[in-house]
Amino acid sequence: MAIEWYLVLSALLFAVGAGGVLIRRSPLVILLCLELMLNAGNLALIAFSRANGDADGQIFALVVMVVAACEVVVGLGLIVAMFRRRLSLNVDEMRSLRG
Amino acid sequence: MEEVAFFAGAIGALGGAIAVILLRNPFYSVLALVVHLVALAGLFLLLHAEFVAAAQVVVYAGAVMVLYVFVAAYIGGIEEPLWEPIPGQRLLAPLLAGALFVELSIAVLGTALTTIDSEGPTIPLGFGSPSEIGTLFLERFLIAFEVASLLLLVAAIGAIVLAGKRKQEAEAQP
Repeated sequence: MAIEWYLVLSALLFAVGAGGVLIRRSPLVILLCLELMLNAGNLALIAFSRANGDADGQIFALVVMVVAACEVVVGLGLIVAMFRRRLSLNVDEMRSLRG
Repeated sequence: MEEVAFFAGAIGALGGAIAVILLRNPFYSVLALVVHLVALAGLFLLLHAEFVAAAQVVVYAGAVMVLYVFVAAYIGGIEEPLWEPIPGQRLLAPLLAGALFVELSIAVLGTALTTIDSEGPTIPLGFGSPSEIGTLFLERFLIAFEVASLLLLVAAIGAIVLAGKRKQEAEAQP
C-alpha cells in the first residue's frame, strides 16, 4: 500500500476526533476523543517513518504515547475531583474560569 | 494480501472512532476505543513498526483503557443534556470536522514529498525492532527519554494531589 493511504486515513481519524470534541459534552468522552486525535498523529508519524526508511518517527510516536498517558492521568484525576465535589460533569457548565 | 489487511485495519480503526463519538454510554465508548486501538496496532505492524504496535496493545489497550473503565464505572452514566449552548452546534460540528479532513488531505496530498505515493524505500532487517528502538532511545534520543520519565513522575504526583481527599473534606465525611 502506498504511504498516502495511511496519511489520508490519519487525517480522517483526526477529523473524527475533532468532531467528537465539538459534539460531546461529557469530559470523559472528550478525553477519549483527544486520544483519537493523538493516535491519528501517531499513525502519520509512523507512516512518515516508513516513507523515509528511518526509525526516528517511531521514537516520536512512543514519546507521544508517554505524553498521552500523562494527559489521561491528569484528566481522569480532574474528573474524579469534579465528581467528588458534586460538580456537574458537563463541560458547558464548568465556565467559572471564563473571563 | 497487504491491501486486504490495510482495509480491514482501516475499517476497524474508523468504525471504532465513529462508535466512540456516537455511543451514548461512556462505558461503550471506552470499549469502542479499545477496538480502535487494536486495529491501529495492526496498521502499525503493516508499516513495520513492531515495537510500537506491541507497546500500543500493552500500554494503551491494556493499561490506559483499564484506567478509563475504572473511572467510567466510578462516575457512572453521565446524562448528556440535549440543549445546545451554541445554536446549531450539532449540525455545525460535523461540517467543521469535514472541512478539517478536506484541508488536511489537501495539505498531505499536495506536498512535494516524492516518497509518499510509493511504498517507501527498502528497509533493513530489524527495522522497528526492540533493539533498534532501544539503541535510538539510549543514544540519539537520550534527553527525550529522560524528560519523558520526569513527565510521567510529575503526572503521577499531580494525579494523586488532584484526586486525593482534602483534609477538611475527610473530616466532614468520616
